[in-house]
Amino acid sequence: MEEVRGKFSLISMLSPKNTFWLILATTLIAAVIDLPKVPVKFSYGPIKVDSSIGGYQINLFNGQFSRDLQIKKGLDISGGIRVTLQADVNAVTKDRRSEAMDSVKSVMERRVNLFGVAEPNVQTVRSGEEYRVVVELPGVYDTARALDLIGQTAKLEFKEYNPQATLSAQPQNTKIDDFYRPTGISGQDLKSAQLDFDSTTNAPQVAFELTSEGGKKFKEITERLSQKTNDQEKILGIFLDGTPISTPKVQSVISDKGVINGNFTVETARDLATKLNAGALPVPIKVIAQENIGATLGQDSVNRSVVAGIVGLLIVALFMVGLYGRFGVIADVALIIYGLITLALYKLIPVVLTLPGIAGFLLSIGMAVDGNILIFERIKEEKRAGKPLRAAMELGFGRAWNSIRDANVATLITCIILFNPLNWSLLNTSGLVRGFAVTLALGVLVSLFTGIVVSRTLIRVFYKESKKQ
Amino acid sequence: MKYKILYLVVSSAVIVPGLISLLLFGLRPSIDFTGGTVLGLKPTPGIKADQSQANLKQATFSASISNTQLTGYADAIKPLLEKNKTFYESVKAENSQITIRMKETDEVKKNELIKLISKDVVLVAESRFETLGPVLGRELLSKTIIGVVLASLLIAIYIIYQFKDRLFGICALLATVHDSLVILGTFSLLGHFFGIEVDTLFVTAVLTVLSFSVHDTIVVYDRIREKIRLSGVAFSGLSVPELESVVDSATNETLVRSLNNSLTVIFMLTALSILGGDSIRWFAAALLIGTISGSYSSPFVAGPLLIVFKRLQNRLAKR
Repeated sequence: MEEVRGKFSLISMLSPKNTFWLILATTLIAAVIDLPKVPVKFSYGPIKVDSSIGGYQINLFNGQFSRDLQIKKGLDISGGIRVTLQADVNAVTKDRRSEAMDSVKSVMERRVNLFGVAEPNVQTVRSGEEYRVVVELPGVYDTARALDLIGQTAKLEFKEYNPQATLSAQPQNTKIDDFYRPTGISGQDLKSAQLDFDSTTNAPQVAFELTSEGGKKFKEITERLSQKTNDQEKILGIFLDGTPISTPKVQSVISDKGVINGNFTVETARDLATKLNAGALPVPIKVIAQENIGATLGQDSVNRSVVAGIVGLLIVALFMVGLYGRFGVIADVALIIYGLITLALYKLIPVVLTLPGIAGFLLSIGMAVDGNILIFERIKEEKRAGKPLRAAMELGFGRAWNSIRDANVATLITCIILFNPLNWSLLNTSGLVRGFAVTLALGVLVSLFTGIVVSRTLIRVFYKESKKQ
Repeated sequence: MKYKILYLVVSSAVIVPGLISLLLFGLRPSIDFTGGTVLGLKPTPGIKADQSQANLKQATFSASISNTQLTGYADAIKPLLEKNKTFYESVKAENSQITIRMKETDEVKKNELIKLISKDVVLVAESRFETLGPVLGRELLSKTIIGVVLASLLIAIYIIYQFKDRLFGICALLATVHDSLVILGTFSLLGHFFGIEVDTLFVTAVLTVLSFSVHDTIVVYDRIREKIRLSGVAFSGLSVPELESVVDSATNETLVRSLNNSLTVIFMLTALSILGGDSIRWFAAALLIGTISGSYSSPFVAGPLLIVFKRLQNRLAKR
């Protein structure tokens, strides 16, 4: 008899029984993660239960890793607006362009947050020498307002405290703007800003540099403000798109370079520097594409796709049992485990689910069964060649492996090209195509595990008796 | 391989009409590739005109409108657009809404248009508004072509590496070209006669078919590789008749598996194209056509090609 090489060194070190428990544990964990939030409410005599199961949250390493275990829906499912903006970076020197784009992104995120959208998505995309920002606003349908809000070039202003400001009788009518008056200093007077550290205390701070014109204006205003006795009147507020991002007090005269210090962490200091750069590195933006996706269409499609998936899955399961009998049942169990693990991964990673993504998932189910068909056909062949069942089983798994490996690597190559992980600008970066690639790749990887390790272990454990024969 | 002629006839019967259509009519690109504006409108004859547009957008449209009604509205909109000097490509009734395809249109012009149609034809609510500049479209097209070429080359290189002979890589690649031609040709025909458009999703489908077809071909080739190894002769040392008998028996032995596997994928995709929502129906259909072609091409195109190329190689070597 030919030797059957051990392909999964780590797995084959464990006995089938231990592997079986490992699979069971993995499946249970996946199932718990998969549970949607279901309210549990009943009372029986003195026992009253009002709680819910499922929809758990994960929080590991002090919030370093936290997931709310919800399926993230893509824009084509939740509905909303997608706007693509072209950024004109010609006025910025080449080495500072990506920095300028970070600022544009930060400005966009701020504006989008003002919109009060749940789970907005702002992405910068580089295509050759073209720089773009893609803004996705789920649940927003008012295109005019959205374009108005995000289509403007960022405006950075410095304003001083206005002691003459009177409080309105109704506090909600008082705008923060009323307390400040313009100084005539804007983002154009700023040359650059970056994260810096205090030379003595090593505390994070923001260092900025002014243009020669800006330096003159700054000298004049800081001379005046540093004289003030009232702390409040020393404030020189920094406003981005009309809302304050920092309200530092002037401590000394600044003419060409200065720092803003205070209770900064590295993150908050870097964040402020990025926002200051939004004013310092002027990047005019222009809307070049927009899509308005209706939610009802999306939800309807999702429901129908889910029904289609269940119907397809049932046919496949019946087909497998019809063809391979008891082996088919094992393949179906492996398929259920496959479904549970994949769904759990979607929630953990998290994968943003789009319609093509769902299609990719359904397609990968078909491919997942393929591994089993290859193996079972091989087992049948070996049995026909006169091998005992046990040996035929092991040979079937061993010999099918080469073709399963090569076939799946080919699919993974396509997934990598579609996903474009390094963001190569000569390849596609469309969210839809990527969503499809991610679900297909995950499907292939998980199916390798369930199609080979899981079904092999199940067969080994449940066909123990045949070994004794 | 006594049925070589039959395989050739079957493949040609499918590919030639599609190829002719591809050369004559080409594909029907969506605005993903050409740039432009697609405006979807839902007629709401029941609702009074004074309600604001914003409210309408979010309202659910339970009132069903018959297709004849929709077509009537669409026909009434056309002269209105012409009078307004709005350049349009088509106005169609589809999926219980009216879809207008036109040149790139901005927000302001679009709103004017909706007001005009609401006033003169029927009160409509905007259900879809997509605009794409021509630059983005051209870029997507070139990126797609680069993606397809790159993926094919990488897969071919991987096969050549794993099967240790370049003929395997070349023939597997040609088998995928066969499948690409089938799917492109079919969609060219569908585009010409039924107005089905080719969009980003279609590209995804073609790439998937490409990898599925290779997936299938590799299974057949793997069996050929195994048989050659057992025979103890290197692939380069095989004579054509020897290779023919190897390919024959490998094809026969893997046929049941190929068929069963393809059937499971076909079940899933058929369910998806029949029951799935409108937005993925044609995507699933493209996958389905490609999968059927891919299942056919692996044993009946990729295998015979190997023999044809081997014969060619041996003949060249003799000279």
